[in-house]
Amino acid sequence: MSFKVLQPGLLSLLQDLGRFGQHNVGLTTGGPLDSEAFLWANRLLRNAANACAIEVNFGGLQLLAQTDSYICITGADLEVTINGVDKPLWTAHKVCTGDQIKLGYSAQGCRSYLSVAGGFNISPSFGSSATVVREKIGGLNGSKLAANDSLPCSKTTQLLRQTLPQASRPLYAQDAIEKNAENIVLRLLPGYQHHLFDSATKARFFHSQYKVTDRSDRMGMRLEGPAVPCPSQKMLSEGICLGAVQVPADGQPIVLLNDRQTIGGYPKIGAVIARDIARLAQLRPGDTVQFEAVDLYQAHTINTLAQLRFDATILQQLED
Amino acid sequence: MSTTQAHIKIASENSYIIYFGDPDSLHINAEVSASIAATCEQVRRHFGARLIDLVASYASLLVIYDTTQCDHLWAKNTLKTLLNTPQKNHQDSGQLVKIPVFYSTKYGPELTLIAQNSGLSVEQVVSIHSTTEYRVYAIGFAPGFAYLGEVDERLATPRLATPRLKVPTGAVAIADRQTAVYPASSPGGWNLIGLCPAPMFNAHEQPHMPVSVGDRVQFEPIDEQQYLAMGGVLHEL
Repeated sequence: MSFKVLQPGLLSLLQDLGRFGQHNVGLTTGGPLDSEAFLWANRLLRNAANACAIEVNFGGLQLLAQTDSYICITGADLEVTINGVDKPLWTAHKVCTGDQIKLGYSAQGCRSYLSVAGGFNISPSFGSSATVVREKIGGLNGSKLAANDSLPCSKTTQLLRQTLPQASRPLYAQDAIEKNAENIVLRLLPGYQHHLFDSATKARFFHSQYKVTDRSDRMGMRLEGPAVPCPSQKMLSEGICLGAVQVPADGQPIVLLNDRQTIGGYPKIGAVIARDIARLAQLRPGDTVQFEAVDLYQAHTINTLAQLRFDATILQQLED
Repeated sequence: MSTTQAHIKIASENSYIIYFGDPDSLHINAEVSASIAATCEQVRRHFGARLIDLVASYASLLVIYDTTQCDHLWAKNTLKTLLNTPQKNHQDSGQLVKIPVFYSTKYGPELTLIAQNSGLSVEQVVSIHSTTEYRVYAIGFAPGFAYLGEVDERLATPRLATPRLKVPTGAVAIADRQTAVYPASSPGGWNLIGLCPAPMFNAHEQPHMPVSVGDRVQFEPIDEQQYLAMGGVLHEL
């Protein structure tokens, strides 16, 4: 029982929440760039939060169902069809053996998540199925999905379908940009070498707009804007956490993401909170962001409230 | 340990980074590295399931904790307490790991360059490199890549101006005062001096690496026959 990959799209990767506790041998975490959309994709199918799903970058994935099951697609706004019939995102759908699932290319946002009832059955490497192509670890042989790959899963014939009410669906960058409103705000906790940046540079950093460039990938989002170099560039390599904002000598910030190297030797001004990493990951080249400083107490409150909202959200049950 | 000062700084909403010694100094030292390895164990013990991951490096330790299991106040207090607890001297801690190396000017072309630059013979370079005891200062860059230091000053050599597109698995190399074994074939700019037949990273066996941060390493010269007998493979560079 499985799904067969007909077209892999530009970059489709099997992911669970990530690989933890393996930094001591140099392995990074991997995992979904937009963890929020990933968690919804699993919850809508009543899966475990960590069930293995597909991260579809920029769309284009086509699958053939070789069993009966349920699927759900969340995240970037793209067209989804099952046997040519349009299907909504953020909603569980029944699929039967022989059904063809097609994802178009994302019009807004860039990461989508396709989950299957019970998750894909991928044997974990180092405790996780998360694919990190650079390390050749996770997923199927550490590679991105390719045509004819077979993605094993179990058969599910009965599942009460549910959908996430429109009002609860995450708003991505594009929504704000469309309304011609402000920039996306990335809340940042000052830390690491923050004290080495001079105050004029820090003021410039928090009061400028930065553009997402096309030299961004799963390792890091490279931004472009007023330069904010750290006066001292020489330092010993040290551990890098998710969201760390590293500033090389050219003064252009790089926000480090899930596939970052575990150690690095560039000065860092702080780290973007994980919730805002999820929003950043949906931005496209040319979109602009602005940083806002928060402290640990605010970050803690933001996380707690978001978790409460997630848990309290009531899914709408659908008739078959 | 008591002589090594430690400062705790915020890294992110769920991680602290502990700097050992002077945070802005670039000085590498074995005592600091031993303290970091000892602190790793303490953090593991005190945090238990609250710990998500640890990254030990030259003069720092990144502690990533689970905010659904504890908050930042508990995490910081726990780190403070364990850092203030006096510990024995860890100077000689860490296991001593012997790693075989087939030193070769053919398969390690920069061996000749290092000899020329230092005014030493190839034999002397090999002798200095293999009689120095190194400390594992950090692991990262790629799975299984261990940064060892410090290389004798006479052998210190800057990275290649143009990195190689392909450094073979097992290549033993020098960059400035650091040395390492490439765990897998990858691009790289370090100066190659030989080949190691022993795997530095094995995804399917425990432990995945023969060394951990804080361990001591010594290289043992072997010849081509021994290298091949130990499973080594020869690739044209």
